[in-house]
Amino acid sequence: MAALAEEQTEVVIKPDPEGPPALPATQPGDCPGEGSGGSHNSSHNGGGGGGVAASSAGGDGGTPKPAVAPPAAAAAAATAAPGGAAGAPAAAAEGIASQDRQTLLAVLQFLRRSNLRESEEILRREARLLEEAAGAGAPGEMDGPGAEATSALLSRVAAAAGPTGPGPGSGSGPGPGACPASAGPAASGAGTGNSGAAPTAAAPAKVGVVAVEDQPDVSAVLSAYNQQGDPAMYEEYYSGLKHFIECSLDCHRAELSQLFYPLFVHMYLELVYNQHENEAKSFFEKFHGDQECYYQDDLRVLSSLTKKEHMKGNETMLDFRTSKFVLRISRDSYQLLKRHLQEKQNNQIWNIVQEHLYIDIFDGMPRSKQQIDAMVGSMAGEAKREANKAKVFFGLLKEPEIEVPLDDEDEEGENEEGKPKKKKPKKDSMGSKSKKQDPNAPPQNRIPLPELKDSDKLDKIMNMKETTKRVRLGPDCLPSICFYTFLNAYQGLTAVDVTDDSSLIAGGFADSTVRVWSVTPKKLRSVKTATDLSLIDKESDDVLERIMDEKTASELKILYGHSGPVYGASFSPDRNYLLSSSEDGTVRLWSLQTFTCLVGYKGHNYPVWDTQFSPYGYYFVSGGHDRVARLWATDHYQPLRIFAGHLADVNCTRFHPNSNYVATGSADRTVRLWDVLNGNCVRIFTGHKGPIHSLAFSPNGRFLATGATDGRVLLWDIGHGLMVGELKGHTDTVCSLKFSRDGEILASGSMDNTVRLWDAIKAFEDLETDDFTTATGHINLPENSQDLLLGTYMTKSTPVVHLHFTRRNLVLAAGAYSPQ
Amino acid sequence: MAEEKKLKLSNTVLPSESMKVVAESMGIAQMPEETCQLLTDEVSYRIKEIAQDALKFMHMGKRQKLTTSDIDYALKLKNVEPLYGFHAQEFIPFRFASGGGRELYFYEEKEVDLSDIINTPLPRVPLDVCLKAHWLSIEGFQPAIPENPPPAPKEQQKAEATEPLKSAKPGQEEDGPLKGKGQGAVSADGKGKEKKAPPLLEGVPLRLKPRSIHELSVEQQLYYKEITEACVGSCEAKRAEALQSIATDPGLYQMLPRFSTFISEGVRVNVVQNNLALLIYLMRMVKALMDNPTLYLEKYVHELIPAVMTCIVSRQLCLRPDVDNHWALRDFAARLVAQICKHFSTTTNNIQSRITKTFTKSWVDEKTPWTTRYGSIAGLAELGHDVIKTLILPRLQQEGERIRSVLDGPVLSNIDRIGADHVQSLLLKHCAPVLAKLRPPPDNQDAFRTDFGSLGPLLCSHVVKARAQAALQAQQVNRTTLTITQVTGAAFSFPAAPAYTDTLPSPPVRPSNHWAAEGSWLHCITCSDSSVCKGCSAPPAFPTSNQVHSHVVFVWCLVFTAG
Repeated sequence: MAALAEEQTEVVIKPDPEGPPALPATQPGDCPGEGSGGSHNSSHNGGGGGGVAASSAGGDGGTPKPAVAPPAAAAAAATAAPGGAAGAPAAAAEGIASQDRQTLLAVLQFLRRSNLRESEEILRREARLLEEAAGAGAPGEMDGPGAEATSALLSRVAAAAGPTGPGPGSGSGPGPGACPASAGPAASGAGTGNSGAAPTAAAPAKVGVVAVEDQPDVSAVLSAYNQQGDPAMYEEYYSGLKHFIECSLDCHRAELSQLFYPLFVHMYLELVYNQHENEAKSFFEKFHGDQECYYQDDLRVLSSLTKKEHMKGNETMLDFRTSKFVLRISRDSYQLLKRHLQEKQNNQIWNIVQEHLYIDIFDGMPRSKQQIDAMVGSMAGEAKREANKAKVFFGLLKEPEIEVPLDDEDEEGENEEGKPKKKKPKKDSMGSKSKKQDPNAPPQNRIPLPELKDSDKLDKIMNMKETTKRVRLGPDCLPSICFYTFLNAYQGLTAVDVTDDSSLIAGGFADSTVRVWSVTPKKLRSVKTATDLSLIDKESDDVLERIMDEKTASELKILYGHSGPVYGASFSPDRNYLLSSSEDGTVRLWSLQTFTCLVGYKGHNYPVWDTQFSPYGYYFVSGGHDRVARLWATDHYQPLRIFAGHLADVNCTRFHPNSNYVATGSADRTVRLWDVLNGNCVRIFTGHKGPIHSLAFSPNGRFLATGATDGRVLLWDIGHGLMVGELKGHTDTVCSLKFSRDGEILASGSMDNTVRLWDAIKAFEDLETDDFTTATGHINLPENSQDLLLGTYMTKSTPVVHLHFTRRNLVLAAGAYSPQ
Repeated sequence: MAEEKKLKLSNTVLPSESMKVVAESMGIAQMPEETCQLLTDEVSYRIKEIAQDALKFMHMGKRQKLTTSDIDYALKLKNVEPLYGFHAQEFIPFRFASGGGRELYFYEEKEVDLSDIINTPLPRVPLDVCLKAHWLSIEGFQPAIPENPPPAPKEQQKAEATEPLKSAKPGQEEDGPLKGKGQGAVSADGKGKEKKAPPLLEGVPLRLKPRSIHELSVEQQLYYKEITEACVGSCEAKRAEALQSIATDPGLYQMLPRFSTFISEGVRVNVVQNNLALLIYLMRMVKALMDNPTLYLEKYVHELIPAVMTCIVSRQLCLRPDVDNHWALRDFAARLVAQICKHFSTTTNNIQSRITKTFTKSWVDEKTPWTTRYGSIAGLAELGHDVIKTLILPRLQQEGERIRSVLDGPVLSNIDRIGADHVQSLLLKHCAPVLAKLRPPPDNQDAFRTDFGSLGPLLCSHVVKARAQAALQAQQVNRTTLTITQVTGAAFSFPAAPAYTDTLPSPPVRPSNHWAAEGSWLHCITCSDSSVCKGCSAPPAFPTSNQVHSHVVFVWCLVFTAG
């Protein structure tokens, strides 16, 4: 434990490695997407600093100890991290190995926050922390409020943990991706302590550069644009390249066309940065029509950006700068491009290609237009091939064996092994509940899970009983859908969740309330007051019944506490707790025994868009506008892990059924899968053309379905890291996705007021994931949405906000009636 | 792909005059043009930024419409204090005005008299959120219950009626349009090979009109029986309920052919039996069907029109024509026909012209009995002022002679007399308002007599009455605007007021003290009579409350998102 803390402190005080790229353009194995993403987001996330905990995660990653106890480790991490605006930084800094420096940093932060710049500098000078200080954001020039400055400091620290150093064997030439050897660990995300040495080595090298450059964060980032080319030539350059690409062979054209968008953006930004406003406008006017339609949201942002002053603080712009746009191009096409640019002496474009793009070169046939179209669309291009190579344990954990009460023996006792013979193969194919360990499953104790309580066991037994009565679904046996309509919600319903046993429904509303309904005849009762409780005979058998206060029985309980719309709600698996996340930046934990708020988890500081309990309880994940997802444990007030890397809001978060992974969907149009154990990003899925609003894991843990504003649902094979299907049909945002209990049917609900059912078995059945596809990541999607669509059910102007399969495979859908 | 959807970008920037106006209201008198320009750029950029953030809140709030609170939250994200006082739970209906080459969106806020608010009883407490469960689908089939949308939405019914080949059934059998034709054709390589969507025979037109299913479920049959019995039964309360059900229930699509046949057969039988009461009931059913917003009757108009027309022009509709009020039925049916014309007449089916022809023919015929005559005139008159002007007015003189001959001549039959009397009052009723508009004011009995013969004097007095009434209404309008002018004293330099029809939804009335000053100019713009409004466009002076600026900014902001 102590070692761990040491390591983190080491990381925390590391000076800033992030600055203008003083190094040769493309670093093989450098990871701009993650590392800088983290650093960027913290520049706008207030406290808690995305980076800090990422660094803590990095610490874990550096020494992969499978038996590490996350809560404890993370507790240390949390204390190591000077808590942002909310936590008491000074207190947090105490009790750690290198106490002095920590305290110093905390004091500096405090001074900064209180705008005592002078004293801050004096203190800094005295403490000889000048270099770091310079790295930590130029004093005096910070235009943001104090909190922002703090986070800027933190962000640097975070970046230090990221593997942004010069990768091993820094091929200085234009050979990006030529060094796959280094790529493995490096690519795997924010704060993967790549190797203990790399960041340390990188840090001193960069300090000098940064110290000289006495500029605030953003300007430093922007100054990369400070190239003086003739503004009038830009259009010529661009149209020259356009001409070249359009005249190239068909097989290369599609691939090279990928260049249009990033080049367009960067050239435009250069023009704007160098204050050629008119040239920029005309450049935009002339060429924005060439860009693919799925980029139009970003283009809209760009179009309004016409002044250098606007560039500070514009997040989209920063994304372009801080993360390299990733393109996958075949070697032939790339050679063609290189030759062309060298022939033409087209340095402007060549510079951009070198500095701002990451070209992932592969050998073999160029991809077709369809193949490319399927994968592009995200804010920062495609995922690098290496990014999806890490092994993911997608199998399910072994179910604990449960002693079954006598009367149910015949039903339950054999259930594990094969009581109804016909069920056995199904169970096996689904990989669930089979006795032997799934080869793809993580070790049982990979992350510590809470022990089963008696009540949990009872619930499991109930679950198994219900399972035997479950309807086998299929194309010929569609589920019934029961729709819960929220009436008189006045457009205010923002989140819904249903308990696993379908007994309670929670709704989050724009008026800051959370309402819990009981949909069974059993009413909601709260526990008696303390004085009344003391009168109860604690030895009696029905003590659990006696503690409940009959007078409070009602069908609906309203939970007050948030101060903004509630965007996420999630029941704990044992139905004792409810989580809610809100615009006010907090996640709240409510007790469903007393119907009061137990904890308010602060950390996001910006709206929290989604939260979800782990399938085993205890842990939960939240994601929000600050572009990070956080992993929490209910008994810690600070996050255990911070998953940083997304370039825009994290819209939705879901736990993998084995609780070892977390999937996040973001407005940057990517889906990421994070390892809970070490905080690494293990999968990046690109292909959506709009912000992602819903996620669902298949019950066997192998597949992921994601839905976005473009109305498409994409299916992913987690093990291979490939897109395996596309379901077209919805005409508006897909708000909710759910697999049936046995994974035969995928239900999707959308803002277009429909529920659609898809044949999941067929969608996944003949996946020929041959080695070639796996290796290259080239996918061919069958165009079979219409075959897979089993049913479309219109609601009466009611957007479908939530979907749920009961244990017997009845679909429960929910939404608020919103008359037009 | 990029070519399909051209990106629509709004290059809108605020006019620099706005900056000037805002500055003036803040007490900064002379702002250099350059400063204004810079400010406009900056403000426009920031507003766009905020609007983009606000959209995020809209999406996460699972809404399709941006609300004021979204803007507030977006401001909060930027660490800017939200705009207090602009809360609306509902979407704010924006009004659009244009003229003089300028376009403007604004939001109408009525001036509210506080004493009115105080004196009115408290509004009902809004209902609390509640949860209601229903079956959206039972084992794959969607039950036709009021909670579910009608099985065939009106647009689809319309599409089926007008373009039967293009429409396809929704839901399960998604056999209609082959989607994704562009990509599907190309991605033949790879895995999609064995699944070539439908087995096509080359050269065979594959699209057949889906056969309509007219089977009714047991429930529907029961419903049909109950409804028809109630509609023609003796209990008025039941009938009202049944008609209400016909007029509002969404799931009647399947039963429409039955209802249509029921009505047309019913009329046929009851006209022969002269059963006035039943005819009236049937016409009320037609009216209810017409009123149902989920039904598109185009396919059944051919059955309904003859039935309704029969009720207008039939020689005899009741057993005792001298006593029973069959005139009311004719009037009612005439209105129905007019409604049908309005809804379904197109250049292809020519319903209106065919109906007009029928009416005119029977009216012109010398031998037509008074009852039919009455019906024809009523039918024509309901079709609108133009029809009255071109078809009825020229024949007034002739008709007047005929009426006079019956009324003044020897009493041949009492029935004729009554008929003539009714025709006369009908003509007066419909023609007077039209004439009041057409003829210049001095109403001269003699002039009328020369123009319209024996009906002249009567018409003249009716026209005078009509004029008086119109003047009275105009005066009322005037008075309201007068009060506005007093309050105002100020008007923004807005283009001439557009005339709004009363069909636009009016926003909920809210007390708005901060709008007391500036609400008025919005008023003038929105008041329906544009001629009156010009009176109040007094010297421009911008209201000086801070709220206004934010408001104006806010209005712009929504323009951007709309763009």
